[in-house]
Amino acid sequence: MLEIKNLVVQIEDKRILNGLNLTVNKGEVAAIMGPNGSGKSTLSYVIAGKEDYEVLDGEILLNGENLLEMEPDQRAAAGVFLAFQYPLEIPGVASMTFLKATLNAQRKARGEEELTTPDFIKRVNAAAQQLEIPKDMLKRALNVGFSGGEKKRMEILQMALLQPSFCILDETDSGLDIDALRIVSEGVNALRSPDRAFLVITHYQRLLNHIVPDTVHVMHSGRIVRSGGKELALELEANGYADYRDSEAA
Amino acid sequence: MADVTLMKTPAETALAQAFESAKTLLPGNVESRAQAFEKFTARGLPHRRVEEFKYTDLRAAFREVAPFAGVPTAEEAKAALAGAKTLAGIEALQVPFVNGHFMREAVDFRALPENLEIVPLREALANDHEWLAHLSPVPWAAENPVYQLNTSFMADGVMIRVAGPVEVPVHLRFVTAAETAVATATRVLVVVEEGASVTLLETHESTDGAGHQPNDVVELIAGDRTNVQHVRVNAEGGKTLALSTLAARIGAEAVFNSINVVAGAATSRHQVFALLNGENTNLRVNGVTMLKGLQHADSTLVVEHNALHCESRELFKTVIDDEATGVFQGKIIVPHHAQKTDGRMMSAAILLGEGGTMNNKPELEIFADDVQCAHGATCGQLDDDLLFYLMARGLPRKEAESLLIQAFLGEALEFVENETAREALIGTVEGWLRARS
Amino acid sequence: MPAVQETIDQVRSIDVDQYKYGFETEVEMEKAPKGLSEDVIRFISAKKGEPEWMLQWRLDAYKRWLTMTEPAWARVSYDKIDYNDIYYYAAPKKNPAPKSLDEVDPEILKTYEKLGIPLREQEILAGVEPQSRVAVDAVFDSVSVATTFKEELKKAGVIFMPISEAVREYPDLVRQYLGTVVPVTDNFFATLNSAVFTDGSFVYIPPGVRCPMELSTYFRINEKNTGQFERTLIIADKGSYVSYLEGCTAPRRDENQLHAAVVELIALDDAEIKYSTVQNWYPGDSQGRGGIYNFVTKRGDCRGRNSVITWTQVETGSAITWKYPSCILRGDNSRGEFYSIAVSNGMQQVDSGTKMIHLGKNTTSRIISKGIAAGRSENTYRGLVSAHRKATGARNFTNCDSLLIGNECGAHTVPYIESKNASAVFEHEATTSKISEDQMFYCQQRGLSEEEAVALIVNGFVKDVLQQLPMEFAVEAQKLISISLEGSVG
Repeated sequence: MLEIKNLVVQIEDKRILNGLNLTVNKGEVAAIMGPNGSGKSTLSYVIAGKEDYEVLDGEILLNGENLLEMEPDQRAAAGVFLAFQYPLEIPGVASMTFLKATLNAQRKARGEEELTTPDFIKRVNAAAQQLEIPKDMLKRALNVGFSGGEKKRMEILQMALLQPSFCILDETDSGLDIDALRIVSEGVNALRSPDRAFLVITHYQRLLNHIVPDTVHVMHSGRIVRSGGKELALELEANGYADYRDSEAA
Repeated sequence: MADVTLMKTPAETALAQAFESAKTLLPGNVESRAQAFEKFTARGLPHRRVEEFKYTDLRAAFREVAPFAGVPTAEEAKAALAGAKTLAGIEALQVPFVNGHFMREAVDFRALPENLEIVPLREALANDHEWLAHLSPVPWAAENPVYQLNTSFMADGVMIRVAGPVEVPVHLRFVTAAETAVATATRVLVVVEEGASVTLLETHESTDGAGHQPNDVVELIAGDRTNVQHVRVNAEGGKTLALSTLAARIGAEAVFNSINVVAGAATSRHQVFALLNGENTNLRVNGVTMLKGLQHADSTLVVEHNALHCESRELFKTVIDDEATGVFQGKIIVPHHAQKTDGRMMSAAILLGEGGTMNNKPELEIFADDVQCAHGATCGQLDDDLLFYLMARGLPRKEAESLLIQAFLGEALEFVENETAREALIGTVEGWLRARS
Repeated sequence: MPAVQETIDQVRSIDVDQYKYGFETEVEMEKAPKGLSEDVIRFISAKKGEPEWMLQWRLDAYKRWLTMTEPAWARVSYDKIDYNDIYYYAAPKKNPAPKSLDEVDPEILKTYEKLGIPLREQEILAGVEPQSRVAVDAVFDSVSVATTFKEELKKAGVIFMPISEAVREYPDLVRQYLGTVVPVTDNFFATLNSAVFTDGSFVYIPPGVRCPMELSTYFRINEKNTGQFERTLIIADKGSYVSYLEGCTAPRRDENQLHAAVVELIALDDAEIKYSTVQNWYPGDSQGRGGIYNFVTKRGDCRGRNSVITWTQVETGSAITWKYPSCILRGDNSRGEFYSIAVSNGMQQVDSGTKMIHLGKNTTSRIISKGIAAGRSENTYRGLVSAHRKATGARNFTNCDSLLIGNECGAHTVPYIESKNASAVFEHEATTSKISEDQMFYCQQRGLSEEEAVALIVNGFVKDVLQQLPMEFAVEAQKLISISLEGSVG
C-alpha cells in the first residue's frame, strides 16, 4: 500500500531523513519507534505534504501513486490521514462545521455525492459516542480550549469520519492519561480493517500494548535501522535505544 | 499651500525674534539650526488640529515665550545643585545641568569610570567635533516641531561614549533654578558601542514659582548586543511647561529599557521615538504618570520595528486626580520587512477626581503579515469592590485608595532593574500619595 | 452551518472575474446637466416636486458646501475629484415615478432579478416563511423605482417609502427630523449630500409598534459618471422596533464614481433600531482602475431613554470606503453597538470605524471590528469612544482585530478614547495576526484546498460579527467575504 524508497529530506539545510526505506502493506499496522530527533515526526509530515521540508531524493508511493507530486489536500483525498501530535486550534470554526467541510471536500474530490445533513449528523454522533465525545464539544470551536486528551479524541473522530486508507498516528499517546489512552486506542482498533493500513509513530512501547502492531521498525538518524515483529517493541522497552546510538557511532 | 500659517501667534513671533538674535551667538553651525527653524516656522506651534498634538495644544500652552537662560554663576549653580534631591540617594556619576548649561566643573574628567568618555556639547559644536555626525539618530524625529525647536535653540549638553560595560550609573541631572521664568534647550547624545552596557538616570527639577520652559532632547545610539537601562523622572516645578524627547536607535540583539515617571510640571509632553534597527532586539518603554490639580501630561510614543524578530513592550499607567488631564498616544509601526515582530502596548488609566480627563490613542500601523501585535487601553475608577473590602478591614478610604493606586502603578515600576532606583521611584509614588491625603 | 459549504462552492465556481454584479443595464435615462450649480439643485428639487422649504434647505447647504474643503485626515489617497464632472441626477426616462411594478421599465425589473432582489410581493411570499419576509425599496441611480409591501406596512402604521415621496406626503415628520442627527454643516460630504440628495428611504415606526417585517433598501448605481447621493431617515418612535437592511452594487467601469450618502437614525424612548449593511459596490479592478468612492456619513441618535441602535456592516466593495456609522448616546441607559467586517483586496482602501459618544447616564456601547486585508490593500480601523462630564456610569468595550493575508497590504488601528468622567469604564483591545501556516496545513491535510482553508479560517475570524446579521444576510455576507478574498493566497 505505502512504499517509501530511499527518502532523503532536509529542512533549512539540515538533513533529517537519510535514505529511508519502508513498506507498509494493506491491512498492516506498522509501528515506528525511535529516540527523539530520529526523524519520526518529519516522516509523518513529509508523507502528508507539509511545506518547509525539502525532498532531495527518493519517492513515496501510495497504491502506486506518487504522493510527492500532490498537494496536501490531494493526498488527503487519496486516503492519507495524519493524526497530529499537536492538533491546531481554529478559532470561530465549530468542530461540526469543520468536520462537514472536510468530509464533503474529500467526497467531492473523489467524485462522490455529498452527504445530506441528517446523514452527516448521524455519522458524527455514532463516532462521537464511541469516542466518548460529548455533543457540546462538537459545537465548540475546533480544538480551542480543548484539553490534550480532547484534542486527540477529536483527531480520531475525524479519522473515523473521513475513513482514510492510510492513517498516520504521530505520537498520539503523548499527553494522554490512561483512560484517554484506552478510549483513543479502542477508536483506532475499531478502524482496523483489511483495506486500511496504519503507521503508528511512538517513542514508548506503552501505546503498542493497546494498539498491537504487526510490524515494528526502529528509526535512527533518519533511517530504519531495524525491523521485526511486535516483540521488538518489548525488547526496546527493556534495553532502550542505547544500542542503536552505539552502532551509529561505530 | 493652504495650510501655511500666515498669522503668527505672539509666541511664534517671539520665538522668531529669539532665534534671530540668538542664532549667531549659539555655538556651531548656523545652517543646520536655521534649517530646523525654517521647518518649524512653516507649520508654527502645533495646535489641536495637528493630529500628533490633538490632545496637547502647544499654541494654547505657549501664551508667551520665556527668555533663554544665561549661564549661572558658580554660586547660583552650587546652590541649585545642593537643593536637587531627585534620585539623590543613588551612587552615580553626576552630570549636572543648571538652567540648561552643563556644569563641567562638577565632573572630574580625569577620573571618569572605565569605558566612559564625555564631551561637552558646547565645545563640540564650536569645534565641529566628529561625534556630531551621530546626532539625530532617528531620521523622522526631525519632522517633529518640539524636536525642531530644540535643534534650533540647543545651547548646551553633552556627548557620552560608552565603549564597554560601565558599572556606575550616569546621572543626567537637569535643574532650572532661575527666579523668573526661563527657557532652556539641551541636547544629550549617548553612543553605546557594540556589546557595551550602561544605566542612565535622568532627572528634571525646577523652581516652583516660575513658568520655566525647558525643551530637552536625549538621543541614544545603542549598538548590537548592548544593554541600556534608562530611568527618567519629571519632578519639575508646578508652573513649568516641560517638553522632552527621547530619540533612540537600537541595534541587533540589544536590550533597551526606559521608564518615565511624571509627577511634576503644569504641562508636560514626553516623546519617545524608538527605531529598532537590528534583529532580535528587545525594547521596553514604560510610563508612570501621577497628576492632580490642573496638571496636563502627555506621553507620546512611536516605535518603528525596522528589523526582523524584535519584541517591544509598552506599559503606561496614569492616575488622574482633581481636574487634571492625561494623554497617551502610542504608535507601533511595522513595515513589510519587519516580519516576526512581537509588539504589545498597553495604557491603563484611573480617574480619581470628578473633573479629570484621560485621552488614549493607541495605534497600530502594520504592513507585515507574520507579526503579533496588540494594544489595549483601559480607563476607569478604582475597583469599588476592592475598596470596600479594604475599608471593611478597617483602612480609611484614602489609605485604601493609596494601596490600590500603589499596586496599579507598581506594575510598571517592576521592570526597573536598578534596585535603588526602583525603590526611589516607589518612594516618589508614595510621596505623591501622601501629598493627596 | 451550510453556509460554509456554500461559501466553498461559491469560491470554486468563480472565474477570474470576481465581481458578479458588474453588468450594466440599458435604459434611457434623463439626467440633470453635468456639474453642480444652484440651477442643478433647483432642477432636482423640481423633479421631485418638493416644497419651497426643502429647496431652500438644499440651497443653504450648497452655499455652505462652497466654503468647505474636502477632508484629508483619513488614510486613503485618490486623485482630486472634479465635482463639476459628475451628473447629480439620473432617472429612467420612462416613468420615473411608477405607481406600480407594471409601470416599471422591464429592463430595470430584470436588473433586480439578476441581482437576486425580489420586487414582486407574490414571489416573496411563495415558499418563504412569512416571518422572514423583507420589504424592499429599490433605488436605481437617483430615484426609487419600487417599494414593496407598502400597503401591508401601512396597516401596521409603519411608513416606508422613498424619501422624496415622504417630503411631499409627510412634510411635517420629515421637517421635524431631517438634519437633526447629521446637521447640514456636519462635514464636506454630508453637506454635499444635503444639497443634492436624490432618493433614499424614509421609515417611521409609530409608538409601540414592532415592525412586522425586515425593511431593506437596495441601492444600484447604473449610469456612467453619475454620483449617487441617497439620504435615509429612520425614526423609531417610543417603544418601537425595526430592523433595516441595506445592500449596494454597481457596474464595473474604468472610472471612479462617487457615492456620498447620509443616513440618520433616531430612536426615542425604549425604541430599538438595527441597521445592517452589506456593501458591495464595484471595488475596481486588480490594478486599482475604477470603483466606487464610498464617502458615507451614518449616524444614529439614541435620543430617548433605554433606546438601542445597532450598526452591523459587512464592507467588501468600493475602491475607497470612508465611513463611520456612529451613535450619540444621549438618552439615559441607551445603548449603541457597532459590528463590522471590512475586507479589502486588490488596491482597495478602507478607512472605517465608528464613534460612540456617551452623553447620558449609564449609557453602554460595544464595538467589534474585524478587518481583513489582502492583496495590496490598506485597511484602517478608526474609532472614537468618548464620555462627557455628565456621562456617569458609561461603559464601553471595544475589540478590533486585524488579519493580514500576504505581505503587500496594510492593517492599521487608530482608536481615540476620551474620558471626562471618572465613573466611565472603557476597555479597548486590538490585535493583528495572520493565518498561520500550520493552521493551513492542518486544514489541507483534512482535504480542504488552500482557498477553502482560507475561507474557513476567515469565517471563523469574523463569526462574532456575522452572528449579528439577519440569517439571509449572513449567508450572503459570508459568500461575499470569500469572493472578495479570491486569489489572495497561493
